[in-house]
Amino acid sequence: MPAEEFHEWLRREGRIVVVGASLAGLRAAETLRAEGFAGSLTMIGDEPYQPYDRPPLSKAVLLGKASPDHTELPRRRDIDATWRLGVAATGLDLAAKRVRLADGDEVPYDRLLIATGVRARPWPKEEEAQLDGVFVLRTRDDAVRLHRRLKAAPRRVFVIGAGFTGSEIASACRDQGIAVSVAERADGPLVGALGGVIGAVAAELHRDNGVDLRTGVMVTGLEGDSVGRVRAAHLSDGSVVETDVVVVSLGATRNTDWLTGSGLGAGPRGIACDAGCRAFDFRGIVTDDVFVAGDVARSPHPLFGYQFLSLEHWGNAVAQAEVAAHNMISPSSDRRPHMWVPAFWSSQFGVNIKSIGVPSMGDEIMITQGSLAERRFVGVYGYQGRIIAAVSFDNTRWLEFYERQIEMGAPFPVEYPTVDRRPEGRKPVPADFPDPSLPTHGPTVTLSGYSPSDRRLVFTPARH
Amino acid sequence: MTHASLLRRITDFSSRADPYPLYEELRRTPVLHEEEGGPYVISSYYDILGLLHDPRISSDATNLIAPGADELSDPEATGLPPSFIRLDPPEHDRLRRIANGSFGPPHRPRRIDSMRGELRRIVTELIDGIGDARRIDLVDQFAYPFPVTVICRLLGVPREDEPRFRAWVDPIVAALDPESRDNPEAPVQRAAQEARVQLGMYLAGLVEQRTREPREDMLSDLVVSHGPDGSMSMMEVLSTAVLLLIAGHETTVNLITNGMLTLLRHPVHLERLREDPGVAANIVEELLRYEPPVQLVPQRTCITDIELRGVTIPKGSRIWLVLAAGNRDPERFKDPDRFDPDREDLQHLGFGSGIHSCFGAPLARVETQIALVELARRLDNPRLVEDPPPYRENAVLRGPRHLNLDIDGVRP
Amino acid sequence: MPMRLVVDLNKCQGYAQCAFLAPDVFTMHGEETLVYSPWADEEQREKVARAVAACPVQAITADGLDGAGDRSTGAAQGASDAR
Repeated sequence: MPAEEFHEWLRREGRIVVVGASLAGLRAAETLRAEGFAGSLTMIGDEPYQPYDRPPLSKAVLLGKASPDHTELPRRRDIDATWRLGVAATGLDLAAKRVRLADGDEVPYDRLLIATGVRARPWPKEEEAQLDGVFVLRTRDDAVRLHRRLKAAPRRVFVIGAGFTGSEIASACRDQGIAVSVAERADGPLVGALGGVIGAVAAELHRDNGVDLRTGVMVTGLEGDSVGRVRAAHLSDGSVVETDVVVVSLGATRNTDWLTGSGLGAGPRGIACDAGCRAFDFRGIVTDDVFVAGDVARSPHPLFGYQFLSLEHWGNAVAQAEVAAHNMISPSSDRRPHMWVPAFWSSQFGVNIKSIGVPSMGDEIMITQGSLAERRFVGVYGYQGRIIAAVSFDNTRWLEFYERQIEMGAPFPVEYPTVDRRPEGRKPVPADFPDPSLPTHGPTVTLSGYSPSDRRLVFTPARH
Repeated sequence: MTHASLLRRITDFSSRADPYPLYEELRRTPVLHEEEGGPYVISSYYDILGLLHDPRISSDATNLIAPGADELSDPEATGLPPSFIRLDPPEHDRLRRIANGSFGPPHRPRRIDSMRGELRRIVTELIDGIGDARRIDLVDQFAYPFPVTVICRLLGVPREDEPRFRAWVDPIVAALDPESRDNPEAPVQRAAQEARVQLGMYLAGLVEQRTREPREDMLSDLVVSHGPDGSMSMMEVLSTAVLLLIAGHETTVNLITNGMLTLLRHPVHLERLREDPGVAANIVEELLRYEPPVQLVPQRTCITDIELRGVTIPKGSRIWLVLAAGNRDPERFKDPDRFDPDREDLQHLGFGSGIHSCFGAPLARVETQIALVELARRLDNPRLVEDPPPYRENAVLRGPRHLNLDIDGVRP
Repeated sequence: MPMRLVVDLNKCQGYAQCAFLAPDVFTMHGEETLVYSPWADEEQREKVARAVAACPVQAITADGLDGAGDRSTGAAQGASDAR
């Protein structure tokens, strides 16, 4: 069938299967229908719930402003789909174009979108992870369990890992007057994502809000009592913290296990795809019927030297899903590249933290507006003489200016004056990211080199 | 030299009724600079939006090098420090945060929402006051007294003092008009300085009273605020109060009047509003795009040379951001000259954007929604007596001076 | 039936119009941080609709608003298309 006819047929009566019924999957499905896809649409999700929003789970829900059971996403339109919820996809047959499900069913497709996202990395010592009172926070069920426990007035909550999620949990606990300790391997919170300069501000934020923050330490073990409830955490500095709730917040693992042996270029860092969201197979050859979107995708980005980026970003999931959906039903000449500039937000201790670009790629930072001490500022990250990222604390209205600077590859350091420039902002300082070869949690943006195959587990970004 | 006259034609009073064809002409030269020392005039949506978020752009008059500096913000001349609208961060942010502490969330989340009933009562009284008249001036009988009453109650300024402060507000507002700004020696500017001093002194009396006996109003809150940002100095309280009193009604009167005028020119939407008050929110947003009460922001400058569309704007230049032209930019809005409350994609510049975006926007929204809903519901068969109506002089705060309507009566 | 809603907090710039107009659903936590309930009661429908319309960056998507929800998402899409 000629390509044009094929796409007409595809739009009219093709079969599209979306694996992953969360934000990216839903927005892709809506886009498909909005663009006139009239064929059959199957949504497969391992959780038994309609698509729901995750960011509120660590924010509004823990603050008591929302119920963990009710963060379902609103719909942009009716998507008229067959829902297979509560059934995980367990395998993919690329040649036969079928997705295998946990219940033994097989679902055939003409076009497949993989949006299986990530899952919380559990506490690595399985026996300790099983103790009552040890939680992770990623899913709605996780949130229900944690929320219930926090409402029961625990004596102390112990958070392992001061990335964004860990910090947000600590913030919510303090808001409710719950004593909280946070253990972080790096020298401060958010260091993996934003570097040591900003990490120092975050550390102060924690401490001023009454968090017992312990940095530069590792948790060596969790101790249970005779009935299997967690009672203490043991740290590498020899200290012991008594606690009845532990939240493990060590970042996320990509849900690609189900693709093992499928022939797709999928691994722990995600599924490699091209700028048009088409998946690569393990040989580095791009497929034309399998697409990827959201947290599970690794895609090359022109602004960052075409390195593959993995983004655990809400906005990326939406934007990439829209591009993937469009490209799935469009002939190659109508396809669009996914060129979203990474953008991220977190709110903790009443401070709105936003970043744009890839801060972790920066080797220097300059506070171009405001002041670190006042915790209201914009910091700009430089890499090889250009602006690569920016971060704001309660200064979000300026960020779109810096977004354009990043897009233009504007020079760094920032030579021009800006309003509210303080003496501290006259010179760049080292951004102070930890050694990238050491594992950190929650950088939320991961650069993973130029190869679609994901062989190197540890990638070291080039530094000059 | 057709350009040489474009700005003059825009600010000229004869253009007031319909400046939009001139704005279209203006957008053809996105960075218009007609004469040495004159302003750089920006008229495209994305350029304006960009500059409103650009940290190289300042609202502080002391950064102006070009002639035509704003005498009104000169403390030497008026005895009052500039209000936050004429300041950059961090001072702008500090003062605005303190002011916001007496106005909106997080500290006063329900102050505006809880005024809805009161606003409706004021509107009802004003419409009831029309009585049996068959011809009304919507401005004098409704669109002016309504927001004045509201801002007086909110701030705690006695409503009956309106004739007194009116005499000071008028010259201050007149001086915002670019025609008069061009000549700082003009009597208009001097009258405005004098008026600002007088208004400040008048408000100082009220503030002094509130310091002794705080009440449930914003003046009291401004005086007693002691948040993490500390409190405002007495002079800061006064310049903030002057700003809020003026901005609190001078723009809303135009929004409401422009609103009724636009609805009478598009009777389908007037009818829709009568049948379904739920459409009011979208109507008001489209009005803010289509007929924004603040047409342009003439108070910005750049603190370094900046380049825009290949034009270098030298440090210290005056920069005008013509919001009303950006709002009709076809690059941004499909069919921009059509009034369409069902428009998708309505991110207008009616309240500006960035850190200086309109402080009182939520109040203006609520006031205008309630006003238009009630006017649509209660005025029986309203008709424009003349179209276009007579306009106020001001090219910045643009709106009809009078809006005479014939009506068949007032419905209960 | 309650309304589901979501705010694109990348777009949100803390103008707080929603928190003024529908204070039971949207609250400010600090100067810039919006915390909202993703699930609003039927009685909030009118206020949420006003908040959706007033959002200066059109970041709120809500369903069951008789077109207003569609409008907000259309706006979001149109905005990115228009850039």
